[in-house]
Amino acid sequence: MARTKVVVDPITRIEGHLRIEAQAEGGRIASAWASSTQFRGIETIMEGRDPRDAWAFTQRICGVCTVVHAVASCRAVEDALDIKIPANANLIRNLIHGMQFVQDHVMHFYHLHALDWVDVVSALSGDPAEAARIAASLSPWPNNSATYFGAVKDRLKKFVGTGQLGIFTNGYWGHPAYKLPPAVNLMAVAHYLEALDWQRDVIRVHTIFGGKNPHPNFLVGGMASTINLEGTATINAERITEIRGMIMRAKKFVEQVYWPDLAAIAGFYKEWAAIGGGTGNFLTAGEFPENDVRDLGSLYFPRGIIVGKDLAHVLPYDHRKVQEYINHSWYEYAGGREKGLHPFEGETTPKYDGPPTPWQYLQDGEKYTWMKAPRYDGKPMEVGPLARMLVAYASGHAEAKAQVGELLGKLGVGPAALFSTLGRTGARGVETVLLARRLEHWFDQLVARIKGGDTQTFNKTKWEPSSWPSTAEGYGYLDAPRGALGHWVKIKHGVIEKYQCVVPSTWNCSPRGGPEGQPGPYEAALMDNHPLVDPARPIEILRTIHSFDPCMACGVHVLDATGREITRVRVQ
Amino acid sequence: MLSPSLSPQAEGLDLRAFLEQRGVGRRDFLTFCTQVSIALGLGEAAAPRVAKALEAAKRPPVLWLQLQECTGCVESVTRTSEPTIGDLVLDVISLDYSHTLMAAAGTAAENAFQKSMKDNKGKYLLIVTGSVPLKDNGIYTTVGGRTAHELLTEAAKDAAAVVALGACAHWGNIQASRPNPTGAVGVSAIVTDKPVVNIAGCPPIGDVVTATVVHFLTFGRLPELDGDGRPVFAYGKRIHDQCSRRAHFDAGQYVEKFDDDGARRGWCLYKVGCKGPATYSPCPIFQWNGHTSWPIGAGHPCLGCTERGFWDAMTPFYGRLPADVVGGFGVERYADTIGAAVAAGAVAGIATHALATGVYQIRKRKQEAPVADQPQQKGDGDGQD
Repeated sequence: MARTKVVVDPITRIEGHLRIEAQAEGGRIASAWASSTQFRGIETIMEGRDPRDAWAFTQRICGVCTVVHAVASCRAVEDALDIKIPANANLIRNLIHGMQFVQDHVMHFYHLHALDWVDVVSALSGDPAEAARIAASLSPWPNNSATYFGAVKDRLKKFVGTGQLGIFTNGYWGHPAYKLPPAVNLMAVAHYLEALDWQRDVIRVHTIFGGKNPHPNFLVGGMASTINLEGTATINAERITEIRGMIMRAKKFVEQVYWPDLAAIAGFYKEWAAIGGGTGNFLTAGEFPENDVRDLGSLYFPRGIIVGKDLAHVLPYDHRKVQEYINHSWYEYAGGREKGLHPFEGETTPKYDGPPTPWQYLQDGEKYTWMKAPRYDGKPMEVGPLARMLVAYASGHAEAKAQVGELLGKLGVGPAALFSTLGRTGARGVETVLLARRLEHWFDQLVARIKGGDTQTFNKTKWEPSSWPSTAEGYGYLDAPRGALGHWVKIKHGVIEKYQCVVPSTWNCSPRGGPEGQPGPYEAALMDNHPLVDPARPIEILRTIHSFDPCMACGVHVLDATGREITRVRVQ
Repeated sequence: MLSPSLSPQAEGLDLRAFLEQRGVGRRDFLTFCTQVSIALGLGEAAAPRVAKALEAAKRPPVLWLQLQECTGCVESVTRTSEPTIGDLVLDVISLDYSHTLMAAAGTAAENAFQKSMKDNKGKYLLIVTGSVPLKDNGIYTTVGGRTAHELLTEAAKDAAAVVALGACAHWGNIQASRPNPTGAVGVSAIVTDKPVVNIAGCPPIGDVVTATVVHFLTFGRLPELDGDGRPVFAYGKRIHDQCSRRAHFDAGQYVEKFDDDGARRGWCLYKVGCKGPATYSPCPIFQWNGHTSWPIGAGHPCLGCTERGFWDAMTPFYGRLPADVVGGFGVERYADTIGAAVAAGAVAGIATHALATGVYQIRKRKQEAPVADQPQQKGDGDGQD
C-alpha cells in the first residue's frame, strides 16, 4: 500500500513552533518526525552576568510555564553558593509553583487540548436542559444550570451567526472522530469560557508574591515579598485572605469542573487508552520539597525512573546517565556526530544543512530539527504528568494511588491503560487534583509559621559577591508542569562562567538518536497503534501531540558572538 | 480603562442588540430596514435580508502572528480584566489567526490566515509577538516551512496597522541582547511603510494591549505615540514619578537589604537596584492582573523591562542605577545625602529631562564593553557592596 506524506505545520494550541511530519498508510501512521523550528540562544547571552540575575534571563525561556526556569535557576545558584532559603520562602515558592501547575494544566485541558475532543459546532445543537442534567449528575458546580448553558448557547449561536468564526475557523468540525453528544459539547464549551475567567483570578497568587504574571519576580536566597502583618505594602492579613480565596476557588474549580469534565469526556474516548503510548520509559526529577530542596525525602512528588512500562520497579535517577545525541539534529560535535555527550561535556555548534525555505518535506533529510536527542542510559524517556504520576503510583504515593484508582475505576480500565494518549491527559488531571489540595496544606503551614512569629523570607548571608568562593558550581532540579528540568551553573569571580539547562520538551520532542536510533517520545507515540483517518484533517495527530502539552520555546541552543562553539553552555 | 465606545463592535454587540440597548425596538429596526431596502431599490421584500446583514455587522478582523518568542505576551493578554479575553475573542474582534488559541492546525490554519488577509485587505489589524531573526537567511524561526521574516513581510503588507506586542516585537528583547546570536530584530526594523505601535514590556500588561486595540477600533485611529512608538496613555510617565514608594525616596527611607526593617516598612527599593527612575511604564497606575499588585508593590525592584535594551542597560538588576543617570544632580547622591531636603517636584523635572541622556550613555558604554568587563561594571553599580 502506498504511503502518504503528511505535514502538520504549525501545530497550533501549543507553546512555540512545532512541525510534525508523518507517513500514513491504510488509515494508520507508519512513521513520524517531530521538528522544532525555533532557535534563540539565550544562554550564551547570560555569560559574564551576575548569577543573581540568572533567574530573570532563564525565566524568559518560556512565558507559559513562567515560573519554572526562574525557580530552577535560583536553586542552581543557591546550590552553587550553598544558600539555604528560609522555610517561608520555600513554602511561598511551592504555592507559586503549585498554582502554576493548577492554572497551566486547566488551561491546557480547556484551551489547548479540548478542541481535539469537543466539537464546537455540535454544541450549537446541544439542549441546555440536557447539558444541565448531565452536569448535575457529575458535579455540584453552581453554574451547571439550564439557564447558564442556554446563555452560552445563545452567545455561541450569535457568534456563529455572524459568519466570522474567528479562532474556530477551519476546525475539523464534524470529523467522525468527534464522539461527544451535543449536550456534552455544550457543557464543555461553557466550561472552556468559564475557565478563561477562572484562570486569571487564581493566578494572582503570583502577582501578590511576585508582583506580576506572566514573569513574576524571584530572588536568590528566598523571596522579595516581605511578611509584615502591620505593613501596608507587605504580605499582611488582607493579602493572606486574598491568597486563601484564590486557593479555595482553584480547588473548587478543579474538583467540581475540570476533574468531572475530564472523566466524563474520557468515557467517550476509551479507545484512546490503547493509542499513543510511545516509549514506555519515564523520568521524573521529583518536585515540591516540603523542607529544604536538598532533602529529597521531603519531595511531595517522588523522583524516579520507569523503564519498559515496568511499574514493579522504580529505578533511581542518576544524572550522570544523561547523554545527548545529534545524529538527526542541525548541530555538529567536534568528536563526530554519532556519539553522545553528557551535559557537562556538551557542545552546541549549530549547523543548518536542511533544505532552503520554503520547506516541502524535512523527512527526506537525515537531519530535521533544532532539538537534540537526550537519552537516559541510551534510552529515550518521556517526562511530564504521566511520568510523575506513574512514579508516584508505583512508589505507593497514597493520594496518587487513590486518584489514579478513581479515574481507572470510572473508565473501567486497568493500569496498563495509562500508557496512552488518554493516560497522559488523565495523569495531568490526577496531579492537578493532588496539587489543588496540596496548596491548602502549604498555605496552612505558612500561616502557622507566621503565627508562630517567623516572618523571614530571605537569607542575606551570601547575598554579597564578596562572600562567594572564587569558583562554584551548582545544579538546580525541578519538575515543571511539562516534566523534568535541570539547570547547571558555573560561577567564576562573581559572574556566570557557564550555564546550561535540560528542558522537558527536549526529552519529549527529541528526534531519533542514541545508540539504537530510537525515535523520541512524540514520534514513538504517533507510531504506537495510531490512527490517521483523513490526512487532510489530522485531528488524531493533534490529540496525541497535545496530550504531551508541547512547550517549544525551550528549544534554544547556544552560539557565541563569532559563531564559534561554546561548550557546556546550553539551553534546549 | 476602556473609553466610552461609539461603535457596536467595540461593545461586543451586533447592531440589533446595540440599537436595542439604546431604546430602538425590534419594530423600529425593521421599519428602518424596510426604508433602507426601498431606498436601495431592492423593494420591501428585501427588508429581512437587509436586517440580517446589518445584524451581522462584521467584527474587525485581527491576525496575530507569533514569531521568535516565549508566548508570555499571549498569556498576559489572557489575563485582561476589561474586556476579558473571552469577550475580546467572541464579541469584540474576529481573531482569525492565533497559534495559541485557534482550533485549526497545519494547512487549515494557514488557509485561514491567507483567506483573512485576502478578504480583509487593508482592513485588518496585525498583532505581532516575537522578534525576527535575520541571521543565516532567517532559518532560526519558521512556521509552515517559511521564515518569520517572510511571514511578517507578507502579513504586514495589507494590514491597516501593526501592533508590535511585547519587548521581542518591540526591539528584539532577550535574544537580541549581547551577543544577539540569531540576529534578532523588532518589527519596526522590518515594517517601515506604516505605523507600528510598540506595546513595551516583557511582557506588557494585558490591559494595555486590549486598551490599545479597543482604542483603534473605537476611534478608528491609533493612540498617540511617544518617540519610541509606545502609546502615551500607558508609557507617558516614569515609574519613579508615580511610584507608591516615592515618598520614602524623598524622605531618604530605603531598603538596604531584602527583608530588612525598611523592606518590612515598604520603603524605597532604589538601593537594592530599582530601575524605576529610568523606566517609563504603566505598572504603578494600571498594575497587574486586575490591579492586584505590581513588582515594586510586591517588594522587588523594577527591572526596567519596558525600555529598549534593558537586559544590557539595566543589569546587574540588583546594582544601583549609576549617578550619571540624572546628570549632575544624581539620584544616587540625592538618595545618600540630600534626603527630604529637596522638593521632589524639582528633582523629578530635572531627572526626567536628564534621564534620556543618562540611559543612553549607559547603554552605549555597555554595548561597547566586552563581556569580560562585566564584573567591573557590576562593582560600579553595586553601590551598597
